[in-house]
Amino acid sequence: MDKTIRFKLNGKEVAVETSPERKLLWVLRADLGHTGTKYSCGEGYCGACTVLVDGRPTLSCQFPLAKAEGKSVLTIEGLARRGRLHPLQQAFIDHGAVQCGYCSPGMILRAYALLLRKPNPTEAEIADALETNLCRCGCYNRIVAAVRAASQAMKMKVAGHEAR
Amino acid sequence: MKPANNKMKDDEYTMFGPNGWGGAPALERREFLKLAGGGLIVIFAVGESLSPQEGARGGYPDDPNAYLKVGPDGRVTCFTGKIEMGQGIHTSLAMMLAEELDVRLEAVDMVMGDTAFCPWDAGTFGSRSTKYFGPPMRQAAAEARGILVRLAAARLGAAEEALATKDGAVYVAKSPGKRATYAELIGGKKIEVRLDVKPPIKHHSKHAVSGKPTLRTDARAKVTGEGKFAGDIRLPGMLYAAILRPPAHGARLKSAATSAAERVPGARVVRDGDLVAVLHDKPDIAAEALGLVEAEFEPSASKLDNATIFAHLKQAAPQGEVVVESGDLDEGAKLAARTVERSYFAHYVAHAPSEPHTAVAQVEGGRATVWASTQSPFRAQQEVARTLGLPEADVRVITPFVGCGFGGKNQGGQIVEAARLAKLAARPVQVAWTRKEEFFNDTFRPAAVYDVRSGLDAAGKIVFWDYKNYHAGSRSSQPVYDIPHKRVLSFGGGWGGGGAGAVRAHPFGTGAWRGPGSNTNIFATECHIDIMAEAAGLDPLSFRLRNLADERMKRVVRAAAERFGRTFAKAPSGHGYGVAITDYLGTYVATMAEAEVDRDKGTVRVRRVVCAQDTGEVINPEGARMQIEGCITMGLGYALAEEIRFKDGRVLDENFDTYETPRFSWLPKIEAVLVDNPDLAPQGCGEPAITTMGAVVANAVYDAIGARLFILPMTPARILEGLKGLR
Repeated sequence: MDKTIRFKLNGKEVAVETSPERKLLWVLRADLGHTGTKYSCGEGYCGACTVLVDGRPTLSCQFPLAKAEGKSVLTIEGLARRGRLHPLQQAFIDHGAVQCGYCSPGMILRAYALLLRKPNPTEAEIADALETNLCRCGCYNRIVAAVRAASQAMKMKVAGHEAR
Repeated sequence: MKPANNKMKDDEYTMFGPNGWGGAPALERREFLKLAGGGLIVIFAVGESLSPQEGARGGYPDDPNAYLKVGPDGRVTCFTGKIEMGQGIHTSLAMMLAEELDVRLEAVDMVMGDTAFCPWDAGTFGSRSTKYFGPPMRQAAAEARGILVRLAAARLGAAEEALATKDGAVYVAKSPGKRATYAELIGGKKIEVRLDVKPPIKHHSKHAVSGKPTLRTDARAKVTGEGKFAGDIRLPGMLYAAILRPPAHGARLKSAATSAAERVPGARVVRDGDLVAVLHDKPDIAAEALGLVEAEFEPSASKLDNATIFAHLKQAAPQGEVVVESGDLDEGAKLAARTVERSYFAHYVAHAPSEPHTAVAQVEGGRATVWASTQSPFRAQQEVARTLGLPEADVRVITPFVGCGFGGKNQGGQIVEAARLAKLAARPVQVAWTRKEEFFNDTFRPAAVYDVRSGLDAAGKIVFWDYKNYHAGSRSSQPVYDIPHKRVLSFGGGWGGGGAGAVRAHPFGTGAWRGPGSNTNIFATECHIDIMAEAAGLDPLSFRLRNLADERMKRVVRAAAERFGRTFAKAPSGHGYGVAITDYLGTYVATMAEAEVDRDKGTVRVRRVVCAQDTGEVINPEGARMQIEGCITMGLGYALAEEIRFKDGRVLDENFDTYETPRFSWLPKIEAVLVDNPDLAPQGCGEPAITTMGAVVANAVYDAIGARLFILPMTPARILEGLKGLR
């Protein structure tokens, strides 16, 4: 049975009329045209589809739409503001933490969730928090360096972003 | 600068099937002009004008127009049939163009892997982009610059010799105020100019862009989610396909009852022979409906599994082909004080790209357009044309960003499926393989067997080398060492299967896997070298240097040793140090690693990897380092964990829960050393370093615990078995 599910997507109210059992990943990609969130394993093993739901890192390929009702969903499209990159995005560029780029949105969002919870993580804490996210190109060391650099940049509030 | 050898290696043709490439030009020049639109500079250099040779299959064109266009706004578009799958040529090819044309890197736009605009290309594989596409593109840019100088000379009333170029403008060297921008010189006009001699390309000492560490030009699109992959393409009326797959390779479809699937609102079932698919405007609902199809299959005839594969592979390859033969093995044996004879084995490995094979096809009015996750857009064009019965000129393949390839996307089964389904449905169709389909349909790195026999004289010199491999392919099967009597035989053809006298060897598809052939040839070779070093009573580093004659290789080995900063002792020393070296298609690599082994669990932790690489002139040192680091990281997977498990035609690994790939917790400290050699033309960089990883880890493990592992991957179970053998 289709239902209308309402939630906030990157700060804007959206309403989707569809089966509430469908997974958020497909609703984002196919119904709402937010293709920045990627499918890679479909079973919750790789982290490519990671989004934030009310600030918590969430595997959208496993997350039923019904559970998004009334919540706030952040995808990679919502991270930059008015064309200004978030410090994490900038750090991924500056540290060469991107190769094919397919895992990057999920990686960046899981790192973002970490920084919300822990603004000044050690390298070991970063690696540990991102352990569930796979990067086949092998950018892991650079991703750790990028997240660390972003945490320092955010501390200095250079970009004037605030936690959402 | 030495010219690059533009010929393709024989073993690289094998993946294209018996007919290879051939056929007519993909696109006539006039049509190209029409498609490319205004602001085009038409320059006819040395040679014939208006020749449609560019785009012809089989080589790169001479006409600079095929590679670049200067727009009326001064922006330069670079056209390449190569694709970007993470390896960084979106940046490095733009750097080469910017350097030679004297424009800012930021002024270059890349058009990659679009068969309507780009010069024909065999595909993006074999670490060939910079090495083989780079030189003709550089030459094209040098000619374009020469023509711009000619145009400026007339406009500025100065001799060509008095002019210089910088940042997209020509100026009088002695009075820089007198200048004309490229945009002003061309002004959207079509201009015919002839140059009598090809202008030389710049010497590397004059480079201002090339050779400088440069951040990726595609990164911004990728960190914002704006960069499109094939699965992100949306067309009006597009349907998503979920395709019925057999449970095992060789299992043929007997019957499929589809009525329940058809009852799903919005679902359409289409069938064309064995191709049965559910189409829906929501991908997840298509997949769900496919689950309602009740299908029966004939069982697979395959009775092979991981335990029986190696014996099968040897008997399935009766005849070997000579890769190299020099001296006389019997003579060599007479010189030997010690003989070492061992066999090595490697299991099937998956490409496991982050982005599964995906394509969107639209077939309309006798023309097809396909957006594909592919390493070989021109091959895809040919396959789609053949499948749909269209002329190639009426098929356009567009390649968005590709989410990893590693050789697996030389094969484009999903592209043909999307084209067939789009035609059947008369709607645009997206085919995106699920992870399970990706594992099932993959063309794995072949399982392979190696028999190596070699001899040492009393002075610790290798006197003969008798090497046979089965199903690996010949790449990197020749030893880099100075050996008077040697023979290398390759049985069972290349990584794609086949070869002289071979029966069907593999129970599923096999193909090129990043550094094809080499990963496992180097594993066998460099492990064997370590065993000989120990037999000679020498440490693995001194033994290698003693047996190398190639000074360039010795320099790379010494560069790695210097950075590694540890002293190798005769193995097993207990330190856990390993070394492995190779010449991968002209790129020299020496890798050193430090590993720890948990003797109770059998797990290996690689702590540090140093990799020195001489890849000739380096275009983007930052990009080269990223490729080396990626190679080392990915290489840990096939060294320690990656093995496709299969039985009776079924692929048992279906996702990353059982098929383990490297993750954050595995990561060693990685140090890449770029050995300076700018006088050698640029060599390949995307694959060389990964080919040493199986061997360097095996040698480090042996040095740590004294157990020699002969099978890849070196799983905890195999390590424990090796340890048990010591007691």
